[in-house]
Amino acid sequence: MIKLEGVTKKFPGMEKPAVDDLNLEIKKGDVCVLVGPSGCGKTTTMKMINRIYEPTEGSIYIDGKDALKMNPIKLRLDIGYVIQEIGLFPHMTIEDNVSTVPKEKKWPKDKAMKQVNEMLTLVGLDPEIYGKRYPSALSGGQRQRVGVARAMVSDPPIMLMDEPFGAVDPITRAKLQNEFLRIQERIGKTIVFVTHDIDEAIKMGDTIAVMREGRLIQHDTPSDLLSSPADEFVSNLVGRNRSIKRLHLIRIHEILGEFDRPTPATEDMALHEVKKRIDESDIRSVMIVDRDNKLKGIIGINDLKRKTGAVAADIMQELDQSVTSDATLNDALSVMLEVGEGYVAVVNEDDQYQGTITLGDLLNVVKEEG
Amino acid sequence: MNKFFRWAVIPLLLIAAGVVIVIYTVNNPTDGLVARALTYQNIMTALQQHMGLMFVSMFGAIVVGVLVGIMLSRPKLYYIGRGVENIVNVGQTIPSLAILALFFTILGLGFRVAVFALFLYSILPILRNTFAGIIGVEPSIIESAKGMGMNPYRILTRIELPLAFPIIVAGVRTAVVINVGAATLATFIGGGGFGDLIVTGLSVGRSMVIFTGASLAAITAIFLDYVVGEIEGRIVRWT
Ligand SMILES: Nc1ncnc2c1ncn2[C@@H]1O[C@H](COP(=O)(O)OP(=O)(O)O)[C@@H](O)[C@H]1O
Ligand SMILES: [Mg+2]
Repeated sequence: MIKLEGVTKKFPGMEKPAVDDLNLEIKKGDVCVLVGPSGCGKTTTMKMINRIYEPTEGSIYIDGKDALKMNPIKLRLDIGYVIQEIGLFPHMTIEDNVSTVPKEKKWPKDKAMKQVNEMLTLVGLDPEIYGKRYPSALSGGQRQRVGVARAMVSDPPIMLMDEPFGAVDPITRAKLQNEFLRIQERIGKTIVFVTHDIDEAIKMGDTIAVMREGRLIQHDTPSDLLSSPADEFVSNLVGRNRSIKRLHLIRIHEILGEFDRPTPATEDMALHEVKKRIDESDIRSVMIVDRDNKLKGIIGINDLKRKTGAVAADIMQELDQSVTSDATLNDALSVMLEVGEGYVAVVNEDDQYQGTITLGDLLNVVKEEG
Repeated sequence: MNKFFRWAVIPLLLIAAGVVIVIYTVNNPTDGLVARALTYQNIMTALQQHMGLMFVSMFGAIVVGVLVGIMLSRPKLYYIGRGVENIVNVGQTIPSLAILALFFTILGLGFRVAVFALFLYSILPILRNTFAGIIGVEPSIIESAKGMGMNPYRILTRIELPLAFPIIVAGVRTAVVINVGAATLATFIGGGGFGDLIVTGLSVGRSMVIFTGASLAAITAIFLDYVVGEIEGRIVRWT
């Protein structure tokens, strides 16, 4: 789908080329993550694909066609582009921002509008609420979503994303990453994704291209990169705790079925019933759900001793955090560390209870995989 | 309607004040000299000349200033633009009377020379602000526009100019303030306007005539500044 052959970029006045004789092939529908320390040429490589920068040497093929011979404007209309700084247009509403490419492509207005609203919904922003707002009225995470929606709105087969989730806090980032992977599973675009964060690379990539000082060091699947790093540089990059890094590669729903945890209690369950379930549980507590199986709270053995009431709803505590079943085991670990508990509840997109994961489960996985 | 009314209060008050001053001074001259200087006809002529001076020179300054500002902001002319920006900043410090005197020595007397001098003087802040406004647009915004397939013309009209607009209007506002001040001096090179009344008043030693000319010039200045300021405040909603 995308093929770089001997691509070199030398900026005027610089001694060393920013990108040096780079060969890289990305398959259709794959997410290829360019990773490496700051200044190693990731952004420059990406910007040559949509010809923001022209390569000094080498050739770039997209779908077998020579990209350097195509009209750059036409080329760019079919490549979604999300930059590090997001670059939303501050004088346009969210709606207008997202409809930039449809306007450039001269789509009829109703078709554009429909697609814009669909896209905003897809990235989790209600068009009714946010469509008419200006970017300055949005949080960092929301702006990132708009940036992604704007790049995807015309359904381009290729997306270039330069540290698209760089400017948000870790929890929001994990959430955006998971949402993005969920969307990507459905749309299957060919994506070049730039990051300096190896954890993000392992989580997001179908393949990872490690760069250093303008050169490509290794291009492999995350699993192969972890098990057989090409040289010292790569093995330092992935770090010593490689088995922990594997937690990025496993999604919660893949292991959730393996554990035998007590069924959750309902809000209206009598307390002696609740106690039975807690006694069966290895975390000495039980999750509480409502009739639709939505997660409502938790009752621990201490709540049962200290508080009085008739049914579960009277004494349950709210849960600070849960994870979705398509999050990675590493996300689960982060949440456990954050809230300081040895377990975390797993829910689906509609907040329905799916199961519970404990620190012990994660340790077992690490042992088996390592 | 209500909104429009609120917006129009200050301009209407200013016009009313001008009319009252004119009617009062014309009908209550302190002596014959004042009566001869302050006729409706004289005042109307001064008003016409004054407006003519300002509107022609401002119109030209806006058109040329914005166009040249845009041209200088193009990558190929960027370095020239930086140079021009500096020249403009220096040019701005030359007193308006000196500019008029300079043009008098080169081009002679008359309305047209005065208009041309005012035009050149007003163009400076507009040109500088247009250039600075466009150059000041964040590179990441331009880059994302480019990356989405906008051509340079579309980037200029849909991104750069709208984002620079508040700064351009601020430049126009500065130009208006300079222009109304300088327009009063046009009388010295035969350009006419309210300056004529002031100079006449000075030469015959009648403060009523000076007062009338000066207050009408001041009212015009406040009026225009208000109008431009309102336009500025109205169009920019996104910050
Ligand atoms: N427009 C440019 N002009 C000159 N040098 C540049 C330009 N863009 C990037 N560079 C240089 O090229 C090298 C690679 O930069 P970049 O691709 O942005 O790195 P990364 O995205 O991996 O952090 C750096 O040394 C940087 O200073
Ligand atoms: Mg970069």
